[in-house]
Amino acid sequence: MKVIEMPAASDAVKAKLICAGILISGCSGSQSALSPAGAGAEQIASLFWWMAGGATIIWVIMIALSIYTLHLNPDAHHRQKSALFIIGGGAIAPTIILTILLIYGLNLLPALLARPPAGTLQIEVQGYQWWWRVRYPNQSGEPIELANEIRLPRGEPVEFILSSKDVVHSFWIPSLGGKVDMIPGRTTHLTLHPTKTGRFRGACAEYCGASHAYMNFTVDVVEKAEYDEWLAQQSADRLAPRNEAAERGEELFLQTGCGACHTIRGTEADGTIGPDLTHIGSRNSLGADMFVNNRENLQNWIAHVSALKPGVKMPEFRALSDDEYQSLSKYLEQLK
Amino acid sequence: MEQEQHHSEKYHERHERIWFMFLPPFVWALHLLACYLTAAIWCAKYSGSANSFTTVRIAIGIYTLLAIAVIGYSGWSGFRRHRHLAADLSHNDDTPLDRYRFLGMATFLLAALSTVATLFVATVALFFGNCD
Repeated sequence: MKVIEMPAASDAVKAKLICAGILISGCSGSQSALSPAGAGAEQIASLFWWMAGGATIIWVIMIALSIYTLHLNPDAHHRQKSALFIIGGGAIAPTIILTILLIYGLNLLPALLARPPAGTLQIEVQGYQWWWRVRYPNQSGEPIELANEIRLPRGEPVEFILSSKDVVHSFWIPSLGGKVDMIPGRTTHLTLHPTKTGRFRGACAEYCGASHAYMNFTVDVVEKAEYDEWLAQQSADRLAPRNEAAERGEELFLQTGCGACHTIRGTEADGTIGPDLTHIGSRNSLGADMFVNNRENLQNWIAHVSALKPGVKMPEFRALSDDEYQSLSKYLEQLK
Repeated sequence: MEQEQHHSEKYHERHERIWFMFLPPFVWALHLLACYLTAAIWCAKYSGSANSFTTVRIAIGIYTLLAIAVIGYSGWSGFRRHRHLAADLSHNDDTPLDRYRFLGMATFLLAALSTVATLFVATVALFFGNCD
């Protein structure tokens, strides 16, 4: 039996396939502007597809013209007709197309940037190198402070009040809407309107230093009742340690100075330099969406934070023993 | 022969003002800068609680009229130079007159591009009613 050998794909073909795979992977997923789950993102995706469709049509026409002039009819063309064709197709038509696209794009912006009606849920987000401080309004007093994670009710507009405490950051949840810069000394606003439940990913979209790529966050869009229940749980003080190791962990947390930078409501720890850790055990991830939130990663984070996130301000606590690391991580893990 | 010598002297490059060709894109850049600075300063300093954008719109309208007037004049001058002493479009000969006409055509095309670009910049002001 004769075996037909298929030629091996060249390196160029493999490279093209890999590039195509990477590009296509951007069309869906929790961080894709082309997989919208919010009113703003739907408009932006619509703009993208109109522009992509228009560009494809122009490309096809240009290729067809090239084939016509180079292969189908390579003889000399009528000078005046050619000149008119060049002016029409090369200058007038692009101007008209660009004008239409510009007006279509600009027409979307006022609605995307408009302030929401009074009474809309307002969430304050402050950008830091390289994490996010998130404050939810609290009817009964001080705002509820969380970090690196946002939860939103589906079907309601939400206004983010954005600022930065160090350098310029940019707040972007591609699946929900556009992005807005966070500028030191200024307050900016972004209104989003989530239309689908699910978990999405947000990111800092403005280079902000060594660990810029590690400045992300998760966004959970849930139904209103679930959101209210979650917020009530997050507004409570920390859960008291449930076992001996966790009790030891809390003691260590307070004795080794963690409380100078971090707050754990219900304890003496009231630092505001770093993220609030009152309910860190309930979060999806650690280090601004760097790692899955589990005991092992918590322990690694405390022991090797500078290696994991270059330039971070948190010092490594290398003087602690393995037992002490474990106690601390067990304590933080049970802060649900 | 005598006429050619006359043209060679009259349209020689030493009489050229090449900067005139760059006037339209320069005005376009100036218009963009003026619009940007006006909007940025107004919104940062004077917009008030209502974030009114009307004053900026009026200013951008005036900048645009002035810019289009200068660009239009440059374009018209360029077009006239291109048509000077010739009815056809070609200016392919290696003569001072054709180089003179070519520079006129380049000025005219740059003016057309600058007009479109200036209007694109001004269009933004039509769609924004406040500093948000």
